[in-house]
Amino acid sequence: MTAITIPVEHVLVLAAVLFLIGFTGVLVRRNIIFVLISLEIMMNACGLAFVAAGARWAEADGQIMFMFILALAAAEVAVALGLVLQLHRRFDNLDIDIASELNG
Amino acid sequence: MDVILFYIAGAVAVIATLLVVTRLNASHALIYLVISLLSIAVIFFLLGAPFAAALEVVVYAGAIVVLFLFVVMMLNLGRSSIARERRWLQPGMWIGPVILTSILFLEMIFVISSGVGTTLGEQVGPKAVGRALFGQYLLAVELAAILLLAALVGAYHLGRRYLRDRREEPML
Repeated sequence: MTAITIPVEHVLVLAAVLFLIGFTGVLVRRNIIFVLISLEIMMNACGLAFVAAGARWAEADGQIMFMFILALAAAEVAVALGLVLQLHRRFDNLDIDIASELNG
Repeated sequence: MDVILFYIAGAVAVIATLLVVTRLNASHALIYLVISLLSIAVIFFLLGAPFAAALEVVVYAGAIVVLFLFVVMMLNLGRSSIARERRWLQPGMWIGPVILTSILFLEMIFVISSGVGTTLGEQVGPKAVGRALFGQYLLAVELAAILLLAALVGAYHLGRRYLRDRREEPML
């Protein structure tokens, strides 16, 4: 099939843009739900970069790394949402600046 | 079949992700997050990774976002009211997600109706992925299983205490 291939640089630029949006979200938002959503966006951007690299060399390794990122994201979100419930119970608030006792 | 499909899906992904980060309401942000994940699934499909695209829809948009929604609904339980539900059904709330998903839907219609060559570039199918996954990456699969088991135990531990002693205030 003589198809037009997508330039891999453009996919990597898209992944970088999505990663930066997620990173900005982590830095800017103070609601813990939004911080976790931004973390998901960042992990998804990493997965996009892996799949793009795997497609560039026509190998399955990129998709396999994406699946490991998927498993990591699922594990992270399960534990983190348990922490959200704990935060809501202790402080009746979802602002992460409240839980700053380790600052000293 | 054109490479422009990739740029359309990428633009939808960036717009939806920006809207995710800037929303004030968590439910609205999750709707836009689903759109962002769907557009990235379209990009995976165009890149010749149909299995990754299916996993993106099933696991990310189907499982992880629903987990988020469960927690958001759980925390909102005491404050929910009919008036707020009615406000959420105003056209201003759902017109943005509908426009963005319509773009992806039209793209899907175009891809399906344009024939068999549905992928730009070279395709790495599920068979190759599965063979590599359970061949040379078998150890990593088992490590991922251990990680998921640890996450299961951790989530159970954190969530169970929430149910047991929500009345008293234990400081541990």
